[in-house]
Amino acid sequence: MTTPTPSPADALLSAVLLEDSAVLLTAWAAALDRQFAGARDVADAERECGRLLTAVGRELRADPAIPPRGSTRWEPLRDVLVELSRDCAQAGLSPSETATLVFLLKQPLFDRLRERAAESAGGAEGLTDALWAATTFVDELGLESFDAYLRSREDIIRRQQDELLELSTPVVKLWTGILAVPLIGTLDSARTQVVMESLLEKIIETDAPMAIIDITGVPTVDTLVAQHLLKTVAAARLMGADCIISGIRPQIAQTIVHLGLDLSDVTTKASLADALRVALDRSGYEVRKIGRPA
Amino acid sequence: MDGDSRIPILRMGRLLLVTIQVDMHDRMAVALQEDLTGQIVRTGATGVLIDISALDLVDSFIGRMLADIAAMARVLDAATVVVGMRPAVAITLVELGLSLEGVQTALNVERGMALLPSVATEPDADEGEDEDDGPVSEADAAPAR
Repeated sequence: MTTPTPSPADALLSAVLLEDSAVLLTAWAAALDRQFAGARDVADAERECGRLLTAVGRELRADPAIPPRGSTRWEPLRDVLVELSRDCAQAGLSPSETATLVFLLKQPLFDRLRERAAESAGGAEGLTDALWAATTFVDELGLESFDAYLRSREDIIRRQQDELLELSTPVVKLWTGILAVPLIGTLDSARTQVVMESLLEKIIETDAPMAIIDITGVPTVDTLVAQHLLKTVAAARLMGADCIISGIRPQIAQTIVHLGLDLSDVTTKASLADALRVALDRSGYEVRKIGRPA
Repeated sequence: MDGDSRIPILRMGRLLLVTIQVDMHDRMAVALQEDLTGQIVRTGATGVLIDISALDLVDSFIGRMLADIAAMARVLDAATVVVGMRPAVAITLVELGLSLEGVQTALNVERGMALLPSVATEPDADEGEDEDDGPVSEADAAPAR
């Protein structure tokens, strides 16, 4: 009796969860409909609830002890909860609504526990313990879904950040052999890394020996930004491509000098047009108006 | 794996072409320096092309080695062009603070050759360099600063 067999409370709870899962699910779905009636589309979430109960059943059949959160037996439940949270997020439920959705399991569960306790002789004293075990278990499920919800949100934010990073650093081809990187927004280390990598990849891809980095859209240039720019220029040079920095606004020129930054190794131009002209010149092109022979 | 494996040096007229196709270890690098300086003297080469397009791992030693080879070649009056550096390698070298000052670079062997004077195959092409690439030891972007 005291060997690996679960406590009477766990045994009662898992018996309910295993044998009455159909009843539980129906009651749970009904509770969901009452709670979110009309306001939200919880059809997907209800299906996930069924999957959750199935997963719980599978774990309990193997071992009737209630799996504690964080154990290996909890893993399958967490996976289902992640799905559940994702569905809830897509249906527009808030994190607390998602947790509430899980907590709604309590009422049907308690009802069934009470009925079971009433059926068995002397079940009444075990009922409090079983209720406590049920509360703990459902709370943990709810918290896990809350966490999963936040994690999925954070994933979305991180992915969007990455996409923004990619989007904000296009490398465009201005002419055969001439690339341009119009930089917009503040340059930090992460962005510089992306700029550097995409520029260098594009240089290889297009076999372009000229690159123009346009910083018209960079609001401020401090020592760090300048250092990042110089690194990019140096890396491009190592690969055999020349870099021109263009779009230096008057304030930026003043800042650069006041900060004592040395940009003398780099060709700098005030505007992208000037830089393009230099790049064309170095590539051996000549630009002139039609009708005015050189 | 042995220290015997050496990097071949191809002679093309007055140019020497070194293609590094394997991950270099230190002894190989030292052997390359010896072979290359020997070859420059023996052939009277005026230019050295080092193709590192197959190299995707560098450390500070290899970076130093490249700079050293360029410096040695310059002492022997031959210009060095490092060609085909991969982006990852370039970023690594910059992060290591090795920007190979004084070494010319090009995107590929073809462009590298165009940078070097007297590509012509006749060994006694003495009429001199092309008009635009005179001072080859000058750093990047000789024209139009």
